[in-house]
Amino acid sequence: MSETTHDGTVAVSAPASPDEGLPAAQLAGRYGLTVSGARPSLVEYVRQLWDRRHFILAFSRAKLTAQYSQAKLGQLWQVATPLLNATVYFFIFGVILNASRGMPKDVYIPFLVTGVFVFTFTQSSVMAGVRAISGNLGLVRALHFPRASLPISFALQQLQQLLFSMVVLFAVAIGFGHYPDLSWALIVPVLLLQFLFNTGLALIMARAGAKTPDLAQLMPFVMRTWMYASGVMFSIPIMLADKPQWVATVLQWNPAAIYMDLMRFALLDDYGAENLPDHVWAAAGGWAALFALGGFVYFWKAEERYGRG
Amino acid sequence: MAEDIRDEQTPTVIADELHIVYRVNGAKTGKGSATAALSRILKRGEERGVRKVHAVKGVSFVAYKGEAVGLIGSNGSGKSTLLRAIAGLLPAESGRVYTHGQPSLLGVNAALMNDLTGERNVILGGLAMGMSREQIKERYQEIVDFSGINEKGDFITLPMRTYSSGMAARLRFSIAAAKDHDVLMIDEALATGDRKFQKRSEERIRELRKEAGTVFLVSHNNKSIRDTCNRVLWLERGELRMDGPTDEVIKEYEKFTGK
Repeated sequence: MSETTHDGTVAVSAPASPDEGLPAAQLAGRYGLTVSGARPSLVEYVRQLWDRRHFILAFSRAKLTAQYSQAKLGQLWQVATPLLNATVYFFIFGVILNASRGMPKDVYIPFLVTGVFVFTFTQSSVMAGVRAISGNLGLVRALHFPRASLPISFALQQLQQLLFSMVVLFAVAIGFGHYPDLSWALIVPVLLLQFLFNTGLALIMARAGAKTPDLAQLMPFVMRTWMYASGVMFSIPIMLADKPQWVATVLQWNPAAIYMDLMRFALLDDYGAENLPDHVWAAAGGWAALFALGGFVYFWKAEERYGRG
Repeated sequence: MAEDIRDEQTPTVIADELHIVYRVNGAKTGKGSATAALSRILKRGEERGVRKVHAVKGVSFVAYKGEAVGLIGSNGSGKSTLLRAIAGLLPAESGRVYTHGQPSLLGVNAALMNDLTGERNVILGGLAMGMSREQIKERYQEIVDFSGINEKGDFITLPMRTYSSGMAARLRFSIAAAKDHDVLMIDEALATGDRKFQKRSEERIRELRKEAGTVFLVSHNNKSIRDTCNRVLWLERGELRMDGPTDEVIKEYEKFTGK
């Protein structure tokens, strides 16, 4: 006989186990036993995830602290690392290559630092996402929790990392004469939308990386290409002025460029709305919603298989 | 046909023709060079570089409420794999496991981080096992006292990497044993540490067993299986070789291993 189990698949007629007269599936049904490790419904999954919110937060914080716990300067590196990063990019692109293309120095340097930090946020979320499952297989095979906790937790860790970088960014912006004003309030929605986008991307990468760990080797090259194409070190419309218009439009509409430009718009006094593509907020929200929802569903679809590695 | 199912015997775990297969990347026999790997990928599909290990082959059994089931067998016979599959942590290749509630593996090692203090690891481990913040707060002192970490000074506020291996093992066990379980599975060699701690942890396992509905115990120690289990499954090369009352199965097993 065949019968439908609670997850909707049709079970083939189960052979009777030797010491029982009853087929296993029927016996299980009679006593209310459920299939171990079956994927919960999407609603139930969200509920389970919400129950684990404290774990997700604690795990991300623990990872963040563990990062520098052996260093003598300790947590000071949270701020020192982005500061050094910004300095290196400034020397290469600001002094040696002179990529500012006519932008005054007091705009270009905060422009560059903002770009580097905002893009690094997405980049490190993707890289952490690829390894979220494949690098934590021991944990996946030992304890029960909705597996999405891991990629979400890693994305959250990157958000906390970015908040440290923001301290450096504020100092740079103020140092070059961009004082806090009302437009700085826009930083909050920009960060929130980018975080949603990153989390979705991390979820997608986590599922892909669980199946194909080789992605961890490939992604740095993809991310670097994306970085150079998103105008981290230069203004896309100015740099591509002699190319067909559609190239610049496509590049400007890519999510990384959108979040970067919005952040610059919020922070810098001289970086006005003329530098932003049309419907920029709709694009920022659309990318965030598309990736967060799509990534979540995509990840959930393979929930019961992550232990296989 | 249903006369075997007595009313007082409620099944809690049913394994039905369970098969588990591990896929191992980069372990295909043959040359290990990069060019060999490339030619394998190019030859046919992605499965070429993957080696399959058939760890559990068609195991079926029914465990009832109140039973303590021992799992025995030589190294690599599939005992731990079977436990993970019952817990729903490893997906089955074919066949199914039905369980009452959520079985849990006793062990929290994978969630702990050596760079964090013992204190934070207690909280992190508790959360990873699904305890609430309040439950952890309530049990925190109990966990620390049980581990005996603070007997020789304030070690709980030091990073776990500074602990001796015995101290770390004690803390790990104390965290893992802090939660009550419905269907509990214990993998061997959990009771580590010095003699005093071993006795204490054995006692705690006994307590947990009493509270749990059904217990699975993996061990190489026939004495501890005899002491605690009333039924034994003997696995060999992934197949269920024998299933029956403890004394009978252990007697056969000892004959097999030449003791």
